[in-house]
Amino acid sequence: MKKIIVSAVLANLLLASAAYAEDLVIGLASEPTAIDPHYHNLGPNNAFSRHIFDTLIGQNEVQALFPSLAVSWQPINATTWEIKLRKGVKFHDGTDFNADDVIYSFERAPDVPNSPSSMATYTKGKTVEKVDDYTIHIKTAAPAPLVPNEISQVAIISDSIKGSDATADFNSGKAAVGTGPFKFSEFVPGDSISITANEDYWGGKPEWDSVTFKPIPTGPSRVAALFTGDVDVISGVPTTDIESVKKGGNFNIWQGPSNRVIYLHMDQFRENSPHISSLDGSPIKNPLMDQRVRLALSKAINRKGIVERVMEGVAIEAGQVLPAGFFGVSENLKPEAYDPAGAKELLADAGYGDGFALTIHGPNDRYINDSKIVEALGQMFTRVGIKTSVETMPRSVYFKRASSGGEGGLPEFSLVLVGWGAGSGEASSPLKSLIHTYDKSKGMGTANRGRHSDAEIDALIEEALATVDDEKRQDLLAQATEKAIGRLAIIPLHFQVNTWATRDGLKITPRTDEYTLAMGVTKE
Amino acid sequence: MSEVTVNAKIGNTRKEQGQTAVFLQRFTENKVAVVAFVILVILIFLALFAPWITPQNPYDLAQVDFMDGRMEPGEQAFAGYTFWLGSDGAGRDLYSAILYGLRISLTVGVASGLIALALGTAIGLIAAYAGGRTETLIMRLVDLQLSFPAILVALMLVAVMGKGVDKIIIALVAVQWAYYARTVRSIALSERKKEYVEAAKSLGLSSTRILFGHIMPNCLSPLIVVATIQTAHAIALEATLSFLGIGLPQTEPSLGILISNGFEYILSGKYWISMFPGIALLITVFSINLVGDQLRDVLNPRLAK
Amino acid sequence: MLAFLLRRFGQSVIVVALMATIVFFGVNVVGNPVDMLVSPEADQAEIERVIRDFGLDKPIIEQFWYFLKGAAQGNLGTSFIFGEPAAQLILERMPATMELAICALLIAVVFGIPLGVYAGIRPQSASARTIMAASILGFSLPTFWVGIMLIMAFSVQLGWLPSTGRGDTATFLGIESSLFTLDGWSHIFLPAFNLALLKMSLVIRLSRAGTREVMQQDYIKFARAKGLSFARIVRVHLLKNILIPVVTVLGLEFGSLIAFSVVTESIFAWPGMGKLLIDAVLQLDRPIIVAYLMIIVVLFVTINLIVDVLYSLLDPRVTLTGQSS
Repeated sequence: MKKIIVSAVLANLLLASAAYAEDLVIGLASEPTAIDPHYHNLGPNNAFSRHIFDTLIGQNEVQALFPSLAVSWQPINATTWEIKLRKGVKFHDGTDFNADDVIYSFERAPDVPNSPSSMATYTKGKTVEKVDDYTIHIKTAAPAPLVPNEISQVAIISDSIKGSDATADFNSGKAAVGTGPFKFSEFVPGDSISITANEDYWGGKPEWDSVTFKPIPTGPSRVAALFTGDVDVISGVPTTDIESVKKGGNFNIWQGPSNRVIYLHMDQFRENSPHISSLDGSPIKNPLMDQRVRLALSKAINRKGIVERVMEGVAIEAGQVLPAGFFGVSENLKPEAYDPAGAKELLADAGYGDGFALTIHGPNDRYINDSKIVEALGQMFTRVGIKTSVETMPRSVYFKRASSGGEGGLPEFSLVLVGWGAGSGEASSPLKSLIHTYDKSKGMGTANRGRHSDAEIDALIEEALATVDDEKRQDLLAQATEKAIGRLAIIPLHFQVNTWATRDGLKITPRTDEYTLAMGVTKE
Repeated sequence: MSEVTVNAKIGNTRKEQGQTAVFLQRFTENKVAVVAFVILVILIFLALFAPWITPQNPYDLAQVDFMDGRMEPGEQAFAGYTFWLGSDGAGRDLYSAILYGLRISLTVGVASGLIALALGTAIGLIAAYAGGRTETLIMRLVDLQLSFPAILVALMLVAVMGKGVDKIIIALVAVQWAYYARTVRSIALSERKKEYVEAAKSLGLSSTRILFGHIMPNCLSPLIVVATIQTAHAIALEATLSFLGIGLPQTEPSLGILISNGFEYILSGKYWISMFPGIALLITVFSINLVGDQLRDVLNPRLAK
Repeated sequence: MLAFLLRRFGQSVIVVALMATIVFFGVNVVGNPVDMLVSPEADQAEIERVIRDFGLDKPIIEQFWYFLKGAAQGNLGTSFIFGEPAAQLILERMPATMELAICALLIAVVFGIPLGVYAGIRPQSASARTIMAASILGFSLPTFWVGIMLIMAFSVQLGWLPSTGRGDTATFLGIESSLFTLDGWSHIFLPAFNLALLKMSLVIRLSRAGTREVMQQDYIKFARAKGLSFARIVRVHLLKNILIPVVTVLGLEFGSLIAFSVVTESIFAWPGMGKLLIDAVLQLDRPIIVAYLMIIVVLFVTINLIVDVLYSLLDPRVTLTGQSS
């Protein structure tokens, strides 16, 4: 056995010295489920697909739009966007890129067999028409200001793969033909994904000759892999390890705010909420219907404490649904100040001076430090007189119960911790999903687990979604946010901060959308 | 007539006293086992009286403050007492949390171990003795059970019933009984063929009597090996389930949860968060096993001098 | 013997069918896969599309009927997450887990039996007591904790071995395995050792217990009196007798090594089927869970059969009847 160790060490040394500086190994916290860019609308998949495929419009590190395969886009009337395509771009197989590829991509994207979550979310309601080889029109039924944001999620594939475009063909590499900065090389599920540089990339040759992604889902193992030099970059550095990575000396931490807000949804639709009772356990009228009680909860939360102690400084206190700098945020909203005395007063005003009993639910494997946050909330609510129990569970059990586990398929819990990442990079995404009244026919309020419902806010959101003028839309979104926060539709806690670590000599650009891109890794 | 009965009774009592004395004498031969036994008693005592000898009730959210989290051993809490063993991420005093956690871990380990032992032994013996279709049925059930991953059993139980000590015990029993059944059956199979069973049969003893009076004592030695291992393993398995997020409620941590909470701090230099509960777990399991080992040696009829 | 095997095969089919039924209905109690799969930004129409596509809108009995129909044709369902046949996904990952489990078992046996026999022959010696005490370490510490400690010690601090992942693979005699490359060996050692620890303790304890008993038996005394060399007594008389419980337990443990390598595989980012299972459990990929467990049951039943056959070879007193008297 000793012999084996010795030879293993030798092998390691040999490998290390044989590695070229232009090779990059990235340790990922979560693994893409497929190479097919249209198969599964999921963060890790979308992030990976950016290496091999381009989109018409790109999103930069703060999710601002930039021209990619489209050189320009503008509305030519209320319901039509005209998009000019880039000329001279070639796919990895040598074929030319033109409008036919775009049409084919938009046909395939919403309609991949067995897709667990399709791109229809972004393509629905849009008709793509070819004007000439390098011009297309996207038509919608109603004014749609978000067309550029939405199509920035749809990867463009080559129409040369028509007929053999099954998801399996992408995973094997046969159909994985894009225009992106890297070419597909190998996908070993659970083990690694390798890509190589596209020397002829229209945007210039990438910095790395080859990149290997290795999924290492367990946090400390990922950090250890960085320490041992098995990987050069890791995503999702656990907050507990940031300090030791910094102290390690040979490593750098890179941080940036994310588009993900962590917030509380409160049951605002049931006279008797299942997880709320009086102190002796007898049922009471749902106190969360009372805005004063909701405000008391918000005041009882020491956001600064959560950020500093639970998140170890790696989060930003939240007073609304997106951090400053994003499109549609309000400049007037500040995080609610910690005021336990004020909270007690409000509770007394509302007739709950003696408190009540409440169970707060949260996932334990979904957001950064989620179960610890729920526990800290439990402590803080207990301190203002609300007898709080804490229950956390794996997300596989949690989300079903939180969304539809109650009677009649309604949300089961009374008070839940959830997070929301704004994929579109602007405020309408959280507003329409979390705060708009739950409305199946309009496709609004999908994730409104507290069922807060306010006609005035709904109207503002709907108006914003139909306003093409940027400035006016920005205004409407900010107004809707202010009203929603003022009426405590939700209680925002904090914005997550994304953290990457690299070995010395490397630099990675932090992104708000949590994507880990090899294009963002450069030598210092 | 009555005199005879009385005499017989006295004889019996003497014999029993004699056995107890021999047992004690043989058990105390091994000093290490005696020390382990004493430690085990102390641990049980500490666990039972935890509420009276700890500065904090770690299960009462009003007494735990996350602003006290990750304190080094020896630092002062806001409430005034000292964190002799440091505090964990949620602000629980580790000394208090370990004693409270010990309660839960011991309960879970011992209860699930005993129930599984009783159930598994009975089923295994019946299978071996009955033979035929009964044996076939039972052994295929055992196969079925052994192939069922513990995490899946636990996940289903959590989904259906919610978290809790009782649910974990049910899950652990469900996972463990088959091991006992399989072991007992395999030993009993070869015991069944031995002369003493034939002899007992020819004497006209009942099946139950042969099964539990004669075959079972001969299965005891390997069973105790499995049992001491399984009890300790149950405690560790509970920790693993907690690590996967499907164990006990996090606000009422067992030793296992304390260790798995500390898992993420291992690379961060905050060694105490997982180290102290780990040491507590080790000492507990060590003493259970040392006592178990000695018991096995003393009880094994074939090792009698 | 043939009749025995046939009967066992028949029973196994029933067991697998029973398992499929239990698991199929069991996993349907837990969560809703659609909540796991669909992007949070999707609207209700999209959610309903996915539910329809996966057949989740149909009554559970009907879903089960479709599953049975598929299973009869060798199709155990299509993974929700990967969109590929579940059985194929599992079999693709099986070699990685197999090599891990085999290495772990070898480590357990190669170290466990000699240590256990030694401790059994000289039960009172200090070294025997140390072995026994150390073996307690093996099963009292949770696997995940030991795993990260091993990484800390051998990868981070000493820098001897890589921390995570599977090494390069090579193909030999048609089998692709990382055991044929040095890089593969350096990667497999830590996870295999981690997985082996618990089993090693078990082997040590079983062989010690067995040794102590056998050493007291008359035939050993006779053999000694006859003047047989000690080495020969150990080899011929002792080993043969202690192997029965060891084989039983290891037979079972090999199955459980494969099935429950879940934790080790997560910690060491090992691309085996255990990791596939835990991902499937956490994301409710029901077809994978069902297919995985069916494959595991088949494996277990097979192993049990082999164990029973080995019994009869090792211990002539046990006869194979399957359905005895």
